[in-house]
Amino acid sequence: MSKHMTRKATRHVNQNEGLIFEKSSPGKAAWKLPPLDVPDVDTSKLLGSFERKTLGNMPEVSEIEIIRHFTRLSTWNYAIDLGMYPLGSCTMKYNPRVNEVVSRLDGIANGHPYQPEKISQGALRIIKTLSDCLLEITGMDAITLQPAAGAHGEFTGLLMVRAHHESKGTARKKVLIPDSAHGTNPATAAMVGYAVENLKSNSKGMVEIAALQSQMNEDVAALMLTNPNTLGIFEQEIHKVADILHAKGGLLYMDGANMNALVGKVRPGDFGVDVMHLNLHKTFSTPHGGGGPGSGPVAVRKILEPFLPTPVVISKADGTLGFNYDRPQSVGRVRSFYGNFGMFVRALAYTLANGPDGLRQTTEDAVLNANYIRKGLEGVFDLPYSSPSMHEVVFSDKIQAKNGVRTMDLAKRLIDYGFHPYTTAFPLIVPGAMMIEPTESESREELDLFVEAMKSIAQEVEEDAELVKTAPHTTRVARLDETAAARKPILRWKPASEQPQNT
Amino acid sequence: MRYLPKSPADRQAMLKAIGASSIDELFAPIPGEYRLNRDLKVPRQMAESEIVDWFRERSRENGENHASFLGAGAYNHYRPVIIDSLISRGEFLTAYTPYQAEISQGTLQSIFEFQTMICELTGMEVANASMYDGSTAAAEAVMMAVRLTGRRSVAVARSVHPEFREVLATYAFHQGMPLTTVPFTGDGRLDPKSVEGAITGGTACLLIQSPNFFGSLEEVEALAEIAHRKGAMLVVSIAEAVSLGIVEPPRRADIIAMEAQSFGVPVGFGGPYCGVIATREQFVRQMPGRLVGQTVDRGGKRGFVLTLATREQHIRREKATSNICTNQALVALMVNIFMTIYGKVGLKELARHNLAKTAYAVQQFGKHASVLFPATPRFNEFVVQTSEDPYAINSRLLGHKIVGGLPLKKFYPELGNASLWCCTELTTRSMIDTAVGLVAESESSVNGSREESVEEVAR
Repeated sequence: MSKHMTRKATRHVNQNEGLIFEKSSPGKAAWKLPPLDVPDVDTSKLLGSFERKTLGNMPEVSEIEIIRHFTRLSTWNYAIDLGMYPLGSCTMKYNPRVNEVVSRLDGIANGHPYQPEKISQGALRIIKTLSDCLLEITGMDAITLQPAAGAHGEFTGLLMVRAHHESKGTARKKVLIPDSAHGTNPATAAMVGYAVENLKSNSKGMVEIAALQSQMNEDVAALMLTNPNTLGIFEQEIHKVADILHAKGGLLYMDGANMNALVGKVRPGDFGVDVMHLNLHKTFSTPHGGGGPGSGPVAVRKILEPFLPTPVVISKADGTLGFNYDRPQSVGRVRSFYGNFGMFVRALAYTLANGPDGLRQTTEDAVLNANYIRKGLEGVFDLPYSSPSMHEVVFSDKIQAKNGVRTMDLAKRLIDYGFHPYTTAFPLIVPGAMMIEPTESESREELDLFVEAMKSIAQEVEEDAELVKTAPHTTRVARLDETAAARKPILRWKPASEQPQNT
Repeated sequence: MRYLPKSPADRQAMLKAIGASSIDELFAPIPGEYRLNRDLKVPRQMAESEIVDWFRERSRENGENHASFLGAGAYNHYRPVIIDSLISRGEFLTAYTPYQAEISQGTLQSIFEFQTMICELTGMEVANASMYDGSTAAAEAVMMAVRLTGRRSVAVARSVHPEFREVLATYAFHQGMPLTTVPFTGDGRLDPKSVEGAITGGTACLLIQSPNFFGSLEEVEALAEIAHRKGAMLVVSIAEAVSLGIVEPPRRADIIAMEAQSFGVPVGFGGPYCGVIATREQFVRQMPGRLVGQTVDRGGKRGFVLTLATREQHIRREKATSNICTNQALVALMVNIFMTIYGKVGLKELARHNLAKTAYAVQQFGKHASVLFPATPRFNEFVVQTSEDPYAINSRLLGHKIVGGLPLKKFYPELGNASLWCCTELTTRSMIDTAVGLVAESESSVNGSREESVEEVAR
């Protein structure tokens, strides 16, 4: 490392580890089945030509090797548990451990989705209680927890928008999406059969009201808006946005990816939103797990309730809960069973641990942290939009680009300082974007270390740009050749005997 | 609030540094009329001990300590304890999607191993990093076939999981993809002749499930032949992954859409589970979902990265192969560890135990009631037809803390008093004997009362 030593991290030894297949040899085993209490069977007689002869190159290893294998792999990952993970729009907050404990209780972890309702009251109560909490938090009227992730929630929400318009005679043709939106928004609109029309942001980084006014007409089914948007800016004219849409019969869809800026402070249902999704793996602390599972509940206003996916949970006359499948106007089912139930358990445990005061304090701390970073780095990095920040702040690499250093280089250098990078190159409307979301989970000390690291990197750019452009320097592997990976994809391991020989 | 790492003094000092007089100043961008000036009406803040107690109570109300014969897309297999030890490591549990490869090699290498093992087990050439579940994987696989063939209509076997078919219908409807349902016949699976008629020049693919919803093994080879002859693709859904230990995989399928829940994932009231799509190399660019590929770093050292991202929404936006972003990574890791534990020999033995339990149960039930599709090879599920309404029998069985098979009336009214039973390696002989005993009692009392009423009429 250079003279800019980091206070946060120190290099230390970690173990090498090959692929599990490279450790396999016949006769090793990590499993043991009990003796059969029923007569054994002749499998070839039972299955005939359906019987499988070989399991190919599946591994044969012992239990200790598996423990070491995955433990070693785990040490090659960065994680929230190790430190600040300021990925903008991803809300990498602390994942409470009690959530994991309660989700593994016997009746919760092992309940079958088709077991009788009589012995499913616990699960139904969890679904109902979480639903009620989320409705209160969003200010909406009805909800489905079925979607498995945020993008799946968008899909479900837009299906309901479409069903609503169809019930009025026509599905309409297009969906308006701001140029700052996440890529899932346009991809979702396309899956639901809508054309996408771009909506330009104004110089403040917000929806341009005049543009919306001129683009809005009876062909527009909905506007998909993230609020606060991906610049971390609250859409201050949200009421006008909603009015313009509603005047022409359009609906306002809110992408709730950034709900961590709003919980307990303002409710989307109160500012004109008709339909929105939440990401339980962002705002409600369920673990990201290296890319999932997520959960993407969709909350709607009364007018969209008839279109919710089946089934919905209802209270019965005898006080018990049950599933209702008789919903003739429903958009149908978007996933088998009831969704990622295990994530509901965790999100509810988080909500109960917070209560109304904790939820509000959480939001306040998230916004406080983002503004503290903004203050610390203003002037050091270019701030393309000066509108006030909520839970995240977007800088750009404009100042550093003069020395040929881009956002990805700065991000990679941050790794050497012991931090996970911020989100790079997004939103697309900011060239060289550096999108920083600290969440409420960072202490003042961690934030100070981050600001110090970023300033130090900015100084390195002036003194030794090459050092930054070739970062990271302390990781197991240096920057990887992504072009080669895509040009000739190797997507699975093969034993040497099956690999093509270079002759 | 115990998750928040700040003292009141920290907050004051930070506000001062920012130059704000109060926290409310930071929320000033939100128009005043919308700001919430009251507490949210959610339960009060609870201590950890209270939270654990609250969920223990819910667990007790949710069939705790019941044995079960339910399968139908959610299978109760033993989960080796090291799965949870390993996935509980914070470095796996609390990491994000591995976009920053240099500090995500653990997740990336494990996904690469997952893709490899899914390929080995399914007989396919490439597999993705996961989909939400088996139902959405099947729907996405069908849409992939539509893109690959340029044809729009889809033939779906009625022996595919009814909820998978419902999800497909939801996905297909707004894409303008007409669905045709192909019926099953007296042996509980598709009849190649009716398939022949259902596939036209406009059919993109035939979607089947094998083992199918009734546990029967479809004639995949013959169906593939018909589909291919007509220029359509064969998409095979596999809902019970353990079957792959002993049942020949559908090697002639073009796309396999799997639910891997059976591999070490808790039944968990329906989720989270782990869908996967596997296919041939030539179709990879139309495959949805994340993919991990092997490459090298500047020093020539082996490493792994997310690759072929130009298929995905964050690059391609409305032209992406799917809108999927977050998938089921941690669940895929459970599946990966499970496959590693059982491996080449264990998976086969495990599947054999499932077969043995099922064969015994089928034989015992068959003594007293009618087991449908008796001659068709099956894996670990079977359909029992009783004289009495299966809900009534199940409710008596529940008194023994045993959950009986799934009554099929809701999905297949034509099957009458039929229910779908599942045995896994965890099903005990005594459970089977108890259930069979109750079915036997039911049959003899129904037959007895029938004789009585006949007598009455005669009198």
